[in-house]
Amino acid sequence: MIEIGLSHYLTLAALLFTIGVFGIFLNRKNVIVILMSIELMLLAVNINFVAFSAYLNDLTGQVFTMFILTVAAAEAAIGLAILVTFFRNKGSIAVEDISAMRG
Amino acid sequence: MIVQAFAFYLFAGILTVSALMVITARNPVHSVLFLVLAFFNAAGLFVMLGAEFIALILVIVYVGAVAVLFLFVVMMLDINFSDMRKGAMQYVPIGMVIGAVLLTELVMLYGTWQFVPGREQNIADPVAAFAGQNNTEALGQLIYTNYIFAFQTAGLILFVAMIGAIVLTHRTRAGVRKQAVSDQQARNPADVLEIQKITPKTGV
Repeated sequence: MIEIGLSHYLTLAALLFTIGVFGIFLNRKNVIVILMSIELMLLAVNINFVAFSAYLNDLTGQVFTMFILTVAAAEAAIGLAILVTFFRNKGSIAVEDISAMRG
Repeated sequence: MIVQAFAFYLFAGILTVSALMVITARNPVHSVLFLVLAFFNAAGLFVMLGAEFIALILVIVYVGAVAVLFLFVVMMLDINFSDMRKGAMQYVPIGMVIGAVLLTELVMLYGTWQFVPGREQNIADPVAAFAGQNNTEALGQLIYTNYIFAFQTAGLILFVAMIGAIVLTHRTRAGVRKQAVSDQQARNPADVLEIQKITPKTGV
């Protein structure tokens, strides 16, 4: 317990990822909190990458963490822009109202 | 060693609790602020792992840009968030089952993780090759050489995301008095000017 090893970081990342998945179920009506849950899951993946990078002495993990950060930032920007546009048109952001493209 | 363990458990504990608060807080503004706290603690963990550049990028990009963007959107939209909690408990049991299964599997997998022998041959970018350089210099040397195409693609993704966000949220409102430069440039003196010869003592 005192010696901090790779499995400590991996367990923490697993916990964080599970919290992110559970957040989608808990807040299934609120798109903003769902987006935040996705950010938490991406953060868990980043912790995995950096922990493996540190314990393998391989810098590739940190390089790919940067690309994940890039994609996550782009995803948040586009998602929130879609949300703002949807709210202007429908006056609501509840998930069950987002069904105009249902087949 | 004891200091390292203390720091790890401190950061990990606050990270987990604030992540739980993100998904359970009633007010989305509180959710965003707990997300900021979670990112700060993750940055602390990254510093402990020796990834200083990623840690500072996390603080700058996530806390400075993404979380503030979330905060803007939450405050800009006029939504009654308390209605959204109604009926949310319906899916919590199945969510708990899925979460428990996922967590058990991940912990069973990661808790007993061991590297294969001979893993040193499979390392793509060994840290030892950048001896004497700090983390930022080493990462810079990598992304501008081996990963230059992925780096350029990341820039392209950000560019497309920027244009997409502007296109999605930009709107032209009716009834706003705004300078129309093209209309001004297109004015023809013959259309708008009339020269009248006025003979004296007659008026227009």
